[in-house]
Order: sequence, then structure tokens, then C-alpha cells
Amino acid sequence: MTAAMKIDSSLIEKARARRLPVDLTDAQVQQFGAEIEAVRKKIMDSLGENDARYIRRMIKVQRALEVGGRGLLFAGILPPAWLAGTAMLGAAKILENMEIGHNVIHGQWDWMRDPQIHSSTWEWDNVCPSDQWQHSHNYMHHKWTNVVGMDRDVGYGILRMSEKQPWHPAHLAQPVTNAMLATFFQWGVALHDVEFERVRTGEKSVKEAWGQLKHIGKKVRKQVVKDYVLFPLLAGPFFLPVLTGNITANLIRNLWAYMIIFCGHFPDGVEDFLPEDVENEDKAHWYLRQLLGSANISGGKLLHIMSGNLSHQMEHHLFPDMPSNRYAEASAEVQAICKKYGLPYNSKPLHRQFGSVLRKVMRLSLPNGKPKAELATA
Amino acid sequence: MISALRPLTRIGHWLATPVLPESYLELINPLLGAGLRGRIERLVRESDRAVSLEIRPNHQWQGARPGQYVRLGIDVDGVRHWRCYSVSSAKAGRNDTFTVTVNAIDGGQVSTWLNWHAQVGMVVMLDQAAGDFVLPQGELPKLLFVTAGSGITPVMGMLRSMAANGQAADVVHLHYSPDDAHNLFAEERRGLSLAHGWKTLNQLTRSRGDQHFSSAQLDALCPDWAERLAYACGPTALMDATAAHWQQAGLAEQLKQENFRPALKAVAAGAGGEVRFWNSERVAEGAGDKPLLEVAEQAGLMPKHGCRMGICQGCLVTLKEGQVRDLTSGEVFGESGDMVRICVCAAAGNVTLEL
Repeated sequence: MTAAMKIDSSLIEKARARRLPVDLTDAQVQQFGAEIEAVRKKIMDSLGENDARYIRRMIKVQRALEVGGRGLLFAGILPPAWLAGTAMLGAAKILENMEIGHNVIHGQWDWMRDPQIHSSTWEWDNVCPSDQWQHSHNYMHHKWTNVVGMDRDVGYGILRMSEKQPWHPAHLAQPVTNAMLATFFQWGVALHDVEFERVRTGEKSVKEAWGQLKHIGKKVRKQVVKDYVLFPLLAGPFFLPVLTGNITANLIRNLWAYMIIFCGHFPDGVEDFLPEDVENEDKAHWYLRQLLGSANISGGKLLHIMSGNLSHQMEHHLFPDMPSNRYAEASAEVQAICKKYGLPYNSKPLHRQFGSVLRKVMRLSLPNGKPKAELATA
Repeated sequence: MISALRPLTRIGHWLATPVLPESYLELINPLLGAGLRGRIERLVRESDRAVSLEIRPNHQWQGARPGQYVRLGIDVDGVRHWRCYSVSSAKAGRNDTFTVTVNAIDGGQVSTWLNWHAQVGMVVMLDQAAGDFVLPQGELPKLLFVTAGSGITPVMGMLRSMAANGQAADVVHLHYSPDDAHNLFAEERRGLSLAHGWKTLNQLTRSRGDQHFSSAQLDALCPDWAERLAYACGPTALMDATAAHWQQAGLAEQLKQENFRPALKAVAAGAGGEVRFWNSERVAEGAGDKPLLEVAEQAGLMPKHGCRMGICQGCLVTLKEGQVRDLTSGEVFGESGDMVRICVCAAAGNVTLEL
């Protein structure tokens, strides 16, 4: 710190401005940060009964959908009942994992001090234990967003999603790996936290990893028994439709969650960073990096709710603990601030964002080179 | 019955995982939700600033003894607040409804909210009853009650229960209130006194210029006070005066007191500091006069706690670093590893808590 003080401050300013791909002086970045902070403060100060009602209603809707879906699946021998039941259960699981679980675990609703809707107690309906995910996601990913080598969500340790990641022949298979990850997304998320790559290099002890695996195992057992044993058994002779309905509902949730999450940080126009970019980073620069490292999905209210408001990924990264029902409001203001400072605001419809993600998966399966248009259609 | 249900309950847990079966039952009836809770069945306005709530608790309620208090968890502007209120009804058993009477305190967020926004049908969170401000078991000795303002509520519970159970007792009740309009339960108490031969003395300190509690006054109004088991409940001034009086007479063990607000000393304004919550990795600004419990709650934490006034030890938290100020005494203390009552201790400089 004292060493840094001796350096001419204008030099630091220039160095900082070089690091992030924006045309702003440090003073402007600070001003930008202050304006973003003001948006946060205004919304957080206005939280109240309406917000509490929103999350409680969302939880009610989710539980009613789940009960309804599981009920219909008991009549799943009839194709329309199977279809409707599976769709309802799939939707319930999506809501539970995304608009409710993800956001509750972020602490977005902690201000209500309701122990049943609190980051310290919420356990979500998938195979990844909440407490484990909370650390890797809230801390590792949200603090070091898109810093290659620090944010383990850049490619999840199995995909090459940045030119800054070194290429390896194994990446040739990444279109297939990617499809597998999408299909088994909840399992990927659970195992992601074990950090096998760090166990391999010896940075993490086998004992620690084993402890985590056992913890995951307990959760897996409960989830599997519920969806694949107990509910099918309860249906008696209609065992099979319930089983296939539950498998399909989990699959729908996996694919949807994968798609939304990949649209958050990997579409075209999203920046990634190197560890040296974030040395001595202050709050204003952190805000700027969150903005540049995320992308939104434009669409209607239903899309926002079903994506857990991760369609407002930029706002979510700027304000991870802001209740998700307020991101739309924040988005209008953030957009205006971006315009004022000439910063990009990356928001496009789902098909465009996801299309560019898939192109990136293909392109980066090969060693670095110019993007090839023909690969895009492959 | 219960044991026959156990396998069912277990299957219910497996089916509902990762939440509880109660989370779904709640959809049918909010009282079936997880935890002890109750529904407001009836509201009775007692004065322009006091309201009685009759509450129907769910099956988890274990009952209260007259004079005990119950913690109510109330959502105000979406945020849950817990406050203690004394039971004022005669009955509060397992299968009974019970009543608490809430006096609106100036600036009291929860008490004013309950007075003006509580509605029949609302569900409130509850905690099991607690407190030892209760009548002795068995035959009753001669009794003296000294109450002021809303300090009447626990005593009202005792009086009503004695009447309802036909317990004979020699009772003198000295009650202080500003005027007739704020003299809680005056009619009912008058009726009870007539019916049971109790002596009720109402002191109207503002409208009639009656004096506040003093030893001389007590000697005049209740000469045999020393022969009685005494119960006092009211504001700090009354608590201090009665404690001193019985202490001087060497009869301290004959006096039971119930505080309903923490007796915070006007401590010389000390500097606060940054409060770090070690386990939850959060940081908040802690003013020198703000209990750490409130600081933690405002930071979104939900520390365990009970009375919120430094008596029940339900909020003890391990101090990791720094020092705290006990707001009831003004004392600054703290070594790493100390257990701190966060409901009455504030930051004295930067502190780290194992929370």
C-alpha cells in the first residue's frame, strides 16, 4: 500500500483505464460507481411489504404447481395428464431452483428475517447442497466474475469458454461435453464444487474432497429417493409414468437452467479478464467489471420470472443481494447510466444470446483463430 | 395415536424433501405451517392506545401460566420483529386461546403497528411462554400488586385466572395510570374487586394529580404490605422505586418484578465501531448505543434471542475480537471468548462476533 502511494497517481489511473476495455478516466469510473451505488441504495431502502408479498406468493405458486403436477402424474397413464403433470412439475422445479432458491441463497430475502426464507436455512430442490454452492457461487463466482483462472464458472473446469484459456486437444470434444453438461446440469453443479482439478494438482486434499462428496451423497440420496423411488411407488401400477414424468421434469429444469446460466456470461460482447486486471480493484472498478462481464436476456415478464430474473444478469451481478423482483426497475436506471458513460449494455433476446453461446462453444473447441462463420452454422 | 403416525410423518419428510411437509400443509391452512404460530381471532380495543389480541395458537403451543410472557413475531413492512407481551387472559392452556394486550409505545414500531394494523385472521409467529412472574402453586398467601400503565397486563392475567378458578385470596392492587381514559381494564377490575372482596386502588397521576409510588404512600394505602407477597410491573421508575423500598425493608425476596423494557442506562455516549459477523462473513456499522442484536438483525442475520432486555441469556454470542459496552451498566468489557448478551451490549470500537 505504502509503495503504491509513492507512484504518481496519474500513472495508476492510466494503468487502470488500460486494464478494462473502456474509454473512461479513473474519475469517471468512480463517478459511474457512485451512480450505480445510488441505484442500489434507493431500491434497497424502499424494500417493504410488497416485496415480502411477492416472494411469499411465488413460493405458494411454486408449491401449488408442484403438488398439482405430481397429482396429475398419478394419472399419467393418460397422455394429456402426463404432459400437463410433467410440464407443471418441470415449471415448479425451475421456479424453485431459480426465482426462489438461487435468490434466497444469495441472501436477497434475508432482510425479512423470516427463518423459512433465509440464506442460512434454504435447501433447494436439486442434488447440489445449498451451503456448498453458496460458497463457490456467492464468493468465488460473484467476486471474481469472469476472471480466467479465478472464476471457476468460466467453462466450469470442463469447457473452454474464453480465448484466454489455453487450448487442449480434449477441447475438440466440447460440443459433446457441452450437451452432456446441459443434460446433467444439476449433477455438474454439485460436482463442480468438489474442484477435482485442484485435487489433481494437490492444492486441495483428497480428504476435503471426500468430505464434500459424502455431503453431496446425502443430498443425492434424498433427491433420488423422492423423485425416482417414493413418488413412483406411491402411484402403484402407474409407477412408470410417474418415474418418466419426474425424470423428464428434472431434465427440463436442467436444460433450461443451463441455457439461462450460459447466457449470463458467455454470449458475444461479454468481456473476460485476467487476474492482473483485478489487482487493487476498488468498488467502482468491480461494478464496471460486473457490468462488462455479464449479459442480459430481453423478453417479457414470464421469461424474467422463469429465468429467476437472471435475464437481468448484469443487475444481478451489480447487486447480488437485491431482491430479484426489483431487477427490472434497476435495469432501467443502469441502462441510462451506461448510456451516459458510453458503456455497452448487452441485452438481446434468448435465441440470439444462446446462439452466440453455442457458436463460442464450437469456435473455442479449436485453437484460437478468427471466428469462422461456417462453424456457426455447424 | 402419535406413534401410529410416526411412519407416516417419516414418509412425509422423504416426500417433501428438501423442505418440510408443513411447507405444503401451509397451503391449506397457514396454522399448519412449520413452527409455533397463531391466528388472531378477536381484537378488543382497550383504550385509544391499547389493544387486546385474542390468539388461537396451533397444536405446538404448550400453554402459559398467568403472568408469563409470550414472544410474538410480527412482520412490519415485510420485516419480522419479535417482541415480548404478557398474557392478560385467565386461560392460556394447551387447547385455549390466549390474549395479550399491547400498549402503543411512542416510537414503538411493533406496538403501534399492532394497534393500528392488526386484523382478525392474521397469522403471527409465536414462541413458547416464559418468565417466572407467576403466582405460587397451591394455597395463595396475602398478595400485593403494584402496577403502572401497561404493566397491568401480566397482573390482569393473574387476577382473571384467580377469579376464573375460584382461588380465594386476600388481594390489594395498587395501579397507576395517567387518567381514566388510559386506566386499562378499570371496569372489569372494579367488578372483580366487588365480587371477590379485593382492594383496588387506582392512582390517576395526571388527571387527578395523584402521587407516584413512594414508601410513605404504600404505608398509608396498604399498611400490612410487609406481610404480603408483592408483584410489581411497570416502567423503570416504578421498578427502581419498588426494588429500593423492599430492599431497605430487608424483604427483597418478597418482591417479584417484571420488566417490560430493558432498563438501559443513559450511558455517556460512547463511540461504536465496525461490527464483523465472523460466520456469516458480513460487516455492519454499529453505533455506540445500539444493541448488537439490532445491528445483526439489520444486517439480515437472525441471531437466536429471547427477552431482548438482558435477562434470559438466550442471545449469548461469543466475542472474537474487540470490546463491547453493556448498555444496562455502561461497563465496557470484552476478551476474546467472552459470551456477550447482544441484546443489551453495543460495540465499543470495532468488534468481531461469532455469528
